[in-house]
Amino acid sequence: MTRYGMVIDVSKCNACYNCVSACKDEFWGNDYPPYSKAQPKFGQQWVRVDRKERGHFPFIDVSYMPVLCQMCKDPPCAKAAKDGAVYVREDGIVMIDPEKSKGQKQIVDACPYGAIYWNEELQIPQKCTFCAHRVDKGLLPRCVDACPTGAMLFGDIDDPNSEVGRIARSNGEPYRSETTKVLYVGKPEAYEPKPGVGPGVLYIDLYRMTKMFIAGSVALKDSDDLVDGASVSLLSGGREISKTSTDGFGQFKFDALEPGKYTVVVEHPGYRALRMDVEVSESTYLGYLFLEKQ
Amino acid sequence: DDGTKVFTNVTNEGPVFVYVKDGRIVRVEPLKLSPEDPESWTIEARGRRFSPPRKALVPSYVLAERARVYSPKRVLYPMKRVDFDPNKKDRKAENRGKSEYERITWDEALDILEQEITRMHKTYGPGAIGTTSSSHHSWGVIGYRLSSYFRFIDILGVTYADHNPDSWEGALWGSVHMYGFNWGVGVPEQNDLLTDALQNTDMIVLWSADPETTLGTYAGYETNPWRQWLKELGVKFVIIDPFYNYTAVNFADKWIAPKPGTDTALAAAIAYVWIKEGTYDKWFVENRTVGFDKFSDYIMGKEDGTPKTPEWAEKITGVPAREIRALAREWARKRTMLGYGSRPGMGSAGRSAYGHEWARYMVALQAMQGVGKPGVNWWSTSAGSPNTHNVPEDSNPYGFFFPGYGDGGISGDTTNTGAARILPRGFVRIPVSDRVNQPGGQHVLRLLLPEAIMNPPVEWRGKGFNTISIESQFKKYKYPEDGYSEIRMFWRYGAAYIGTMTDTNRWVRMYRSPKLEFVVNQNPWFEGEAKFADLVLPACTSFERWDIGEFSNISGQSVESVQFVNHRIIALQMKAIEPLGESRADYDIFAMVAKRLGFYEKYTEGGMTLLDWVRRFYEKSDLSKYISWEEFKRRGYFVVPVKKRPITPALRWFYEGRRRDTVGAGPAGGGVMGMPDGTGLGTQSGKIEFEANSLKRFDPNDPERPPVPHYIPAWEGPDTPHAKKYPLQLMSPHARYSFHTQYDAKDTWIDEIPEHRRRGPDGYLYRVIRVNPVDAGPRGIKDGDLVKVYNDRGTVICIAEVTERIRPGTVHCYQASAAYDPMGEPGESPDRGGVINLLTPHRFLSKNADGMAPSSAMVEVERWEGS
Ligand SMILES: Nc1nc2c(c(=O)[nH]1)N[C@H]1C(S)=C(S)[C@@H](COP(=O)(O)OP(=O)(O)OC[C@H]3O[C@@H](n4cnc5c(=O)[nH]c(N)nc54)[C@H](O)[C@@H]3O)O[C@H]1N2
Ligand SMILES: Nc1nc2c(c(=O)[nH]1)N[C@H]1C(S)=C(S)[C@@H](COP(=O)(O)OP(=O)(O)OC[C@H]3O[C@@H](n4cnc5c(=O)[nH]c(N)nc54)[C@H](O)[C@@H]3O)O[C@H]1N2
Ligand code: SF4
Ligand code: SF4
Ligand code: SF4
Ligand SMILES: [Ca+2]
Ligand SMILES: [Ca+2]
Ligand SMILES: [Mo+4]
Repeated sequence: MTRYGMVIDVSKCNACYNCVSACKDEFWGNDYPPYSKAQPKFGQQWVRVDRKERGHFPFIDVSYMPVLCQMCKDPPCAKAAKDGAVYVREDGIVMIDPEKSKGQKQIVDACPYGAIYWNEELQIPQKCTFCAHRVDKGLLPRCVDACPTGAMLFGDIDDPNSEVGRIARSNGEPYRSETTKVLYVGKPEAYEPKPGVGPGVLYIDLYRMTKMFIAGSVALKDSDDLVDGASVSLLSGGREISKTSTDGFGQFKFDALEPGKYTVVVEHPGYRALRMDVEVSESTYLGYLFLEKQ
Repeated sequence: DDGTKVFTNVTNEGPVFVYVKDGRIVRVEPLKLSPEDPESWTIEARGRRFSPPRKALVPSYVLAERARVYSPKRVLYPMKRVDFDPNKKDRKAENRGKSEYERITWDEALDILEQEITRMHKTYGPGAIGTTSSSHHSWGVIGYRLSSYFRFIDILGVTYADHNPDSWEGALWGSVHMYGFNWGVGVPEQNDLLTDALQNTDMIVLWSADPETTLGTYAGYETNPWRQWLKELGVKFVIIDPFYNYTAVNFADKWIAPKPGTDTALAAAIAYVWIKEGTYDKWFVENRTVGFDKFSDYIMGKEDGTPKTPEWAEKITGVPAREIRALAREWARKRTMLGYGSRPGMGSAGRSAYGHEWARYMVALQAMQGVGKPGVNWWSTSAGSPNTHNVPEDSNPYGFFFPGYGDGGISGDTTNTGAARILPRGFVRIPVSDRVNQPGGQHVLRLLLPEAIMNPPVEWRGKGFNTISIESQFKKYKYPEDGYSEIRMFWRYGAAYIGTMTDTNRWVRMYRSPKLEFVVNQNPWFEGEAKFADLVLPACTSFERWDIGEFSNISGQSVESVQFVNHRIIALQMKAIEPLGESRADYDIFAMVAKRLGFYEKYTEGGMTLLDWVRRFYEKSDLSKYISWEEFKRRGYFVVPVKKRPITPALRWFYEGRRRDTVGAGPAGGGVMGMPDGTGLGTQSGKIEFEANSLKRFDPNDPERPPVPHYIPAWEGPDTPHAKKYPLQLMSPHARYSFHTQYDAKDTWIDEIPEHRRRGPDGYLYRVIRVNPVDAGPRGIKDGDLVKVYNDRGTVICIAEVTERIRPGTVHCYQASAAYDPMGEPGESPDRGGVINLLTPHRFLSKNADGMAPSSAMVEVERWEGS
């Protein structure tokens, strides 16, 4: 059975907004009965681009990710709908019927992803349709077609031989796509602000948007030089959970962390080890950690 | 199947399919290659094979073309300012920018034009008609400004407001004196550097460069996959930029954020570390450069008693000394590509006070590391794919020639365009040249146009991009020239300059000066300068007229620009719909005026239509050898086959002391230009000149641009008197979500992209200004607050984004707003449209470098409560 889904690689998204613009171009002024009525020029973005800044100057990272209807397996929007205003196609695409949904504003607030918009003029709730009118003709959704970085992949997620099916089942081993010609590395996971809805859209490197980092720069007190190759380990509850070494700028970064108490241990031949306990509630750059001579 | 027809077109950022149903454009998609199109190239590097995706990677605003064509801001009819009466002496100039407009017929418009043009010639003589276009235009070699517009103004005879080399100020006024490449406006050759980098490079330093934003100028996101491949191969990216830019988002391994305008000090300290630790390519410096000893004396403090140590640079740049040392050592240890500006030679850091010194340090640093050896070059990851060369097939078996806009299209003007490349091949039968707009005639520097109109005389150096020779930039000009009339009538082709020139309240005051007896504006949208015209002529867009163009094909001063993209795609720019209202193609407007003035036959070469010209350019190019006209018209596009050719990386010949083997303009050897045997660069010595012979000849004692590059503190910056009242440095780089003004404020969904414009509490879409929390906090500014950005030059209202992405002490607001929206008297009241260039200085880089320096601006930012 076909189940259409997407794999989105957060590390590839560069906030070009092509997905948003292509979706507007496809739907502004264009009805595709019976699936959808035209999207207004302003006020709705059936795919939006969320942004996350982590850390503080001068050590930060910034990530973006497209958020559209996730085509939930167990869609809350359907539960809130009346008279079959929301239905799920055999291929998993969740549709809002533009006729039956008239006046049902309550459907908008049912979506945990904020992916449904109220069309004031037409008095109907509207959302992404996975471009069902195109997919029926074997075409890609407009956003996927326009994405220039390969961040968005679309296909039958239940088919182990489709690109999205293969990546969805992988453990994150590198995979080069024949269409986008770039490499995907990382195990995709669901983005579930409200657990249990079973989204059909999976995200690679979601941690950049949802988790924290602890980073720092290691320098030698005597020379004031940043250290390339110092070893740094991260302990949680007394147990080493990660180990890395500093780059040519003395930098290290532990990522995908939950808030909590950690210990950073820095070791470098000829210098006394440095231990630093830190409690973090957001991504944190520890600044310069100076190693004293042995 | 449902009656929808599919056309093709080419935009500033790539080719598209245009779907039309019942005479209305319903969809604009990126052009995709089909299986029948030729095979893409493959590059083998470090055991892997890289080949590009087979579709045009256009940006967001190309996908909004439909909303721009049908924008309510379109000029649909000729319009006249209600209080402008061509039969009255008092033209009510003081009301320009305030008066209303009324629709008139084309006949009435042509009557006014005929009367005023004739009056100008008869009353004032040559030079009285002033005109200029913007730097850019919609795509298509026939309709392009250097083509249809130039052919018209050349025949008419005008004072042209020549363009300063805006994109390459640092390189043109600086780098050319060290390495030549004046024919490329200071951009060094880029041949095959993608192959070289994939195979050999360890690290890339992007210095005042953001290829994910500036799209290789006309190449969309074509090079995004290149950067992903480099990352996949483990190549490190260092981003040197006060703003954590969009290339940093996906690729930065290290972000270094100097104060704007202090980059030269950072570069000097890197040179200091290399000289002190002996970690530079001594053989190369000895054999391929001159004047290094003088340069070393300055760096090590022998000349001025101040060694340019990392500690010295830390105080100036705000970058810790230990970071500078680490950068210098990484750079020396690794084979490093340096991208200075989005194509080497560009960069806002060069569009600033003494920007030519920064550009020269970019040349100096790579010269110290042996530029030209494998993996080491000037390269911003935005050029150098193994595409077929854009040179005629009959002169190079690996070539396939199609003209770029730089070849001047139908003008054939060899003085002001690269027309010499196409004239011998019969593209233009009656080439034209302007008897006024000549080096020996009269022209004016556009940066000084307000002063020229309101307060002549004015003087400056250089004419246009000064590509003919290094020395051409030294020549002094004046306006008015002996024997020519001052400008009395101004025909503005385009409407962007309030948004894209500097200190632009001057332009508003110019338009309201009675010295301008008659102002015409010709633009598709009623915006910017169009609102200051007496007569507005409705130009249509490139979806409503015929043309032909190739993706990212500049030609002219940039022969290899077809190697900024993954596939060479030549497409018909089909007239998909009839022009809206009574708008016309510019060519047809000029033809109508030419008919009234008696030179229709000459202008149209005997009545040629746009489609006739498209057919001729198809025939005279190599295209006609590969595909029939009928087949080309049916398919709409042609992909140039990749000819498996030898890889000749830029400057490898120079490093190895061979004759130049790269395709491009290059020094022709002989005489002063390079070594007679073709092994040298375009400098007097044929080598890289740490001490520039050309500057020694010009003025060896110019403290603002000495023969050896120096760090010179900006004339407007954090340490100048301006900072007392205006403590924040303002950066105004190129806008990510528009091509300059061309996709901004046209009532399209682009304006709702929150990193471009955001709605204020009043629902108005304000331009975003980025402020660091350290600066926003004390000013009580929160994210989403409306703020007043101001200095002595003007006031602009923006919406604040409080972010860690901009360094403390600096604020960031994209230039090129299309919507000048004064809340009171034009030129003297706050602007709501976000025209940040109202605040930038119009002072030149330095005394003898007459380029624009918008990046050196100080402002204050405050919460704005409204009116
Ligand atoms: N602060 C600051 N200012 C800068 C810069 C910076 O870095 N900082 N950069 C500078 C640089 S490098 C540049 S290149 C300039 C760019 O500045 P401009 O070249 O002035 O910017 P554009 O918006 O591209 O101008 C094109 C104009 O032509 C009109 N036009 C386009 N197509 C057509 C057509 O087919 N027919 C007609 N009649 N009109 C048409 C458009 O509507 C628009 O008004 O900005 C410069 N200004
Ligand atoms: N989307 C889009 N693409 C464009 C254009 C556009 O308008 N829109 N314009 C095109 C044109 S005409 C040109 S000339 C090129 C321009 O290409 P560039 O000249 O390279 O672009 P800029 O935006 O001026 O500067 C690039 C980077 O320099 C940083 N920067 C600014 N000031 C400083 C400084 O003092 N020091 C340092 N280290 N960095 C600094 C900016 O934050 C920016 O990230 O772009 C072309 N491409
Ligand atoms: S089109 Fe792709 S890269 Fe661009 S914003 Fe959307 S998901 Fe991100
Ligand atoms: S994401 Fe929202 S709109 Fe989409 S299926 Fe789930 S609940 Fe419904
Ligand atoms: S799949 Fe189609 S409807 Fe959904 S966001 Fe993408 S373009 Fe819009
Ligand atoms: Ca990854
Ligand atoms: Ca090196
Ligand atoms: Mo430019």
